[in-house]
Amino acid sequence: MEELVQHLTPILKEIWGYIFPNEIELHWGILIVLYPYLTGLVAGAFILASLVKVFNVKELQPTYRLAMLTAMSFLIVAPLPLLAHLGHPERAYEILITPNSTSAMAMFGFVYAWYLMAVLCLEIWFEYRRDIILWSQKETGIKKWIHKIVSLFSKDISEKAVHFDKKWVKIITIIGIPSAFLLHGYVGFIFGSIKANPWWSSVLMPIVFLFSAIVSGIAMVLILYMIITPFRGKELDILCLDKLASYLFYVMIIDFSLEALDFVHRVYESEESIKILAYLVSNKLFVSLIVIQLFMGMLIPLLMIALIKILKSPPDLKKMVYFISAILVQVGIFSTRWNIVIGGQLFSKSFRGLTVYKITFFGLEGFFAAVVIFCLPFIILYILTKILPPWEEVRNP
Amino acid sequence: MDKNVNQTDKWESSEGVHSDIPSGKVERRNFLKKLAILALAPIAFGFLGSTDKFKTIKKWMLENGYVPSNHKWGMGIDINKCIGCGRCAVACKNENNVPKEPFFFRTWVERYRIYEDGDIQVDSPNGSIDGFENSRTNKKMLRSFFVPKICNHCENPPCVQVCPVGATFKGEDGVVLVDSDYCVGCRYCIQACPYGARFLHPVTHTAEKCTFCYHRIVQDKLPACVEVCPTQARVFGELNKKASPLVRFLRMNKIGILKPSLNTEPKVYYANLDMEVK
Repeated sequence: MEELVQHLTPILKEIWGYIFPNEIELHWGILIVLYPYLTGLVAGAFILASLVKVFNVKELQPTYRLAMLTAMSFLIVAPLPLLAHLGHPERAYEILITPNSTSAMAMFGFVYAWYLMAVLCLEIWFEYRRDIILWSQKETGIKKWIHKIVSLFSKDISEKAVHFDKKWVKIITIIGIPSAFLLHGYVGFIFGSIKANPWWSSVLMPIVFLFSAIVSGIAMVLILYMIITPFRGKELDILCLDKLASYLFYVMIIDFSLEALDFVHRVYESEESIKILAYLVSNKLFVSLIVIQLFMGMLIPLLMIALIKILKSPPDLKKMVYFISAILVQVGIFSTRWNIVIGGQLFSKSFRGLTVYKITFFGLEGFFAAVVIFCLPFIILYILTKILPPWEEVRNP
Repeated sequence: MDKNVNQTDKWESSEGVHSDIPSGKVERRNFLKKLAILALAPIAFGFLGSTDKFKTIKKWMLENGYVPSNHKWGMGIDINKCIGCGRCAVACKNENNVPKEPFFFRTWVERYRIYEDGDIQVDSPNGSIDGFENSRTNKKMLRSFFVPKICNHCENPPCVQVCPVGATFKGEDGVVLVDSDYCVGCRYCIQACPYGARFLHPVTHTAEKCTFCYHRIVQDKLPACVEVCPTQARVFGELNKKASPLVRFLRMNKIGILKPSLNTEPKVYYANLDMEVK
């Protein structure tokens, strides 16, 4: 309590205009910024993987399994920021046991469980089953047993069984695409359905979330592929990189158009809230929205990728530009989440004032907790790649 | 009023004490009890206090036959009568164990100053508890007034809609309440409330808001803010009973509600509401 009061008292002096007295405490902080960012990466990485299986984009095969494992690692961590921010984390199970049917947030457990169990786990299992069985036959000791357990002690690698696997990978991917849309679209709906908040309340919100998720997912897999491959002493597949960059470019164009539509729509309709929102964007959010999200995270990468494609550049320059673009995109998408979550709480619902967000460094809801949670998926991914190597050369022909 | 006094005695002595104890003894007992609660408050008021209170209310309601479906509560606020003294905000904090810091309010009073040049200034220093400073500007005032704010106990409450576990709910008597034993502290309801009427209790870490002093209204008493208002700017009562003071208030005044475009259907009705109030 005292700590909170110490945190809130200096904010009183930084308030501009009038805000309701209960609005001085900003309720959703850095962890809630992290949550849509993480689930966005899950959905995006999965959509990328599905391009290989459903739309038969052969060039992306080298990143297929990596994308699946990336989606898995981020999905495992996704509920952590939510849990850490609850006032009563020990009661979190109530969301599963007694969900309120009118609450978008209550659907979290079901959407999450469906996506984890019915989509990712199943698809990964069917995809790896034959390989796991073959690996376990050659291995000894603990590795053999891990692989035996992961394969659920199945042994059948007859042509018929493998054909069955392949068929099911495809079916699950087809179910998985709308599920990925659901997983992230639903996060967008959580914000988009709050009519009290004009910054959030928009029917476009789930769709904007979705496309920005695909953007971030593709960029993340591109970054991981470009970092991991040289470390393994292998050559980067330039065709695969070109394709990844192309898809990144196309989806960014859609994402940009949607955000532009949202912007134009708001300005054109010019509702009651427009003055305070304009003030918000030109003041508190200027750096994070105009500079980082729009220029650094969107326009510069778009321009760089477009130039490199038009000018037919040498492979090394291409690689560098792709990598830098993907990093910028990551920063941009994180900034997008920041601008939505924090931005939506910086103005008063009286539309008469702005407050500030002072990040705390320690504690469950602090900056360091967020950094730890953000690093966890990479550790999980490292472990997953040890158990289920996604590399092309270890696949059994 | 006699009936109320009797009920109070029964209510306050409902924990295993017979209601036929001489009232002096009960008063002393209550006084000591309150003293003990006051002494223990800094340590225990939040969690223990609220759950205890809730259980006692439930027990009392069952024993004394308060039937929620027989009631429909609402509040009327006459802006012309409010003098901005802030006694309602103080009474509310005392009655409901609301933390005294200036970040947590179940009710507060806003001052509006609209100048001839079109400038509009709104303030509510410590929710009106610290009083309002005199204007130091030479600008000419067009109009000025005070607006008490409170949970609107919406008929169509967005906070209830979004609560993931159903911890916040609208009772049959129309009062929107929070079950603090059940609230997970996700704060979605705080985001969903268009009126800034909710906060997270810093000790219990659960959502909090005005209950119309539920523990009082089930005993036929008035909410604390209504009780203390020196100008009777607040009127509390039944919406469905013709003889109720609230129905008379609604009959005698031109009525406005806050943010009607959001379709929340507030049950807090303002007389003489100004267009600048949001």
